[in-house]
Amino acid sequence: MAEVVLSSVSKSFGSTIALEDVSLTVPDGAFVVLLGPTGAGKTTMLRLISGLERLDAGDIHIGGRKVNTETPAQRDVAMVFQQYSLYPHLTVRQNLEFPLRSPILNTAEDEIKRKVNEVADILQIPHKLDNKATELSGGEMQRVSIGRALVRDPSIYLMDEPLSSLDAKLRTDLRVELKRIQANLGATFLYVTHDQIEAMTMATHVGVLNEGKLVQFGTPREIYENPNSIYVASRLGLPRINILPSEIFSSSAAGAVTTGMRPEHIRQGSGASAEVVRVEHLGDQTRLHLTLQGHEITTLAEPGRSYERGSEIKIEPKDPLYFDENGNRIFGRSI
Amino acid sequence: MSFSVTEATTRQKWMAGTLVILYAVISLIPLVWILMTGLKTPPDSISYPPKVMFEPSLEGYVNLFTTRTRVSKETLESLPPPANFAEEIVRNRDMVIAGPSKFGQRFMNSVIIGFGSTFLSVFLGTLAAYAFSRFRIPLADDLLFFILSTRMMPPIAVAIPIFLMYRNIGLSDTHLGMILLYTAVNISLAVWLLKGFIDEIPREYEEAALIDGYTRFQAFYKVVLPQAATGIASTAIFCLIFAWNEYAFAVLLTSGTAQTAPPFIPTIIGVGGLDWPAVAAGATLFLIPVMIFTIMLRKHLLRGITFGAVRK
Ligand SMILES: Nc1ncnc2c1ncn2[C@@H]1O[C@H](COP(=O)(O)OP(=O)(O)O)[C@@H](O)[C@H]1O
Ligand SMILES: [Mg+2]
Repeated sequence: MAEVVLSSVSKSFGSTIALEDVSLTVPDGAFVVLLGPTGAGKTTMLRLISGLERLDAGDIHIGGRKVNTETPAQRDVAMVFQQYSLYPHLTVRQNLEFPLRSPILNTAEDEIKRKVNEVADILQIPHKLDNKATELSGGEMQRVSIGRALVRDPSIYLMDEPLSSLDAKLRTDLRVELKRIQANLGATFLYVTHDQIEAMTMATHVGVLNEGKLVQFGTPREIYENPNSIYVASRLGLPRINILPSEIFSSSAAGAVTTGMRPEHIRQGSGASAEVVRVEHLGDQTRLHLTLQGHEITTLAEPGRSYERGSEIKIEPKDPLYFDENGNRIFGRSI
Repeated sequence: MSFSVTEATTRQKWMAGTLVILYAVISLIPLVWILMTGLKTPPDSISYPPKVMFEPSLEGYVNLFTTRTRVSKETLESLPPPANFAEEIVRNRDMVIAGPSKFGQRFMNSVIIGFGSTFLSVFLGTLAAYAFSRFRIPLADDLLFFILSTRMMPPIAVAIPIFLMYRNIGLSDTHLGMILLYTAVNISLAVWLLKGFIDEIPREYEEAALIDGYTRFQAFYKVVLPQAATGIASTAIFCLIFAWNEYAFAVLLTSGTAQTAPPFIPTIIGVGGLDWPAVAAGATLFLIPVMIFTIMLRKHLLRGITFGAVRK
């Protein structure tokens, strides 16, 4: 396991800038989650670290070693691809053995056997070991892909949305399992997802990418509580943060154009009056959809209160987040 | 009764089956006729009306593999009794076996040249197709077009220059010369076909292998080759069929050492009158290698021939 450091890394494909001047440190033993919409450059970052793409500018260090010109094999990383990476002409077992049999690892037979069985147990696929890779369901294939990484003991595990094709229950199981494995091994993970639950529950650090730039990096809590822009604030939190023009409310910060309110930033019972449009019971939470002077707001119902469709409730911001005209955070006090 | 778009009704299946069988019979008649002619005696083979029922004889095959000389009745009677069935057949025609014919050797030439050039075309074609598919090659599109353009002219159009060139550099009537020639003709087809197949193999497969500690060549060998098996098999069959059946260049460039079976078989006709059974026997034997090769590779073929349209 090792620390991975990206310094001022840039990468373009023709005229498309995939990554621009990104600096990021994945500390040894950390679980870093990269968040960002499609096209933000997440996959490109993993491919640069693994050596599948060459840097345009900047440096990458793995465990203190500069790897800019090393081949993927020399870098000692394991990667789970977003899609395809099981070899259709091999069985599940052969797929799992494949990395261990590489000339670089050249593992002993009994060690291969032990590792493969161990990983198959973790991923709940021991009964599928002798199937052809093409005879698996999508979820099983993805688990084997993860297994192909887990049989190894690399400097860093790179995972590109590994759980995105799984159903909800399996996703939850594997999320917990992956986190447990990472914690047990003290392994370093760089993990791409756009599922914010994965980000919040697994990450020790979250990096938010937007159009090739790393816009914020910190613990999940920091990113959630202290986002430095509307963009970052919108990445985390369910329901999503509500962004409203600041002039709606009586109090605001100097220079604030918009006010961002998560449910915990909305005090009910006093202030402006909003209409209840819809009440959604999700089981663990009840969502309220309100309109306030033509703006839609989604928040959570407070326990013990009852809400009628069409009725009015009063709301006001409570220590909300303020943003300027560019969507950047204003760290001023409310006035 | 339920109606399904994809499932054929029993009647449709019957009709389709009948059509297929009818078509198969029509296309097989010439083949069957060749097979039958090979087993007839020369008089039976030219009898009118043609005989469908006849007494089979191996005379065609014996004539194909031997040269014979006519001898007088007295000499014939003075000979010891025939040692085997072949001698017996020949003596019934007042002849004796003078020696083996050149057919065996010509057939071997066909095998060497056909399979040799097929191997070379597919080997070089696979490497070139892989490079075109995976690496950034300057002017790749122009190069690919150039490779294809070598096939736009019928190869025989350059027969005379090639004939002169081969004579000058000593490649006339050599195995190497014929292998190179057929490879040159086939390679453009091989590159184009195989590039299509390799393009279909996701790069992620190789990339995963690279990350897992394999070199590019190992990744190519362990991951790309097995997955390109379909393409390689069908390309090999196309190349073999061309090289095996090629006639014009073979007539022009080979006469002895490297002569292949196609130019040899017709020469049988001239030797001892119209020996149709021997010609038919030669044609029958000539069909077998391509048939075996195709049957051996058939499990790869369905997907190959349809160029990736049928997915597993
Ligand atoms: N091989 C490539 N050739 C051209 N453009 C690419 C290539 N790979 C990625 N890109 C472009 O780079 C940008 C970032 O892509 P990617 O890293 O795949 O994003 P993400 O994984 O976050 O969805 C996108 O605009 C994408 O179109
Ligand atoms: Mg991606």
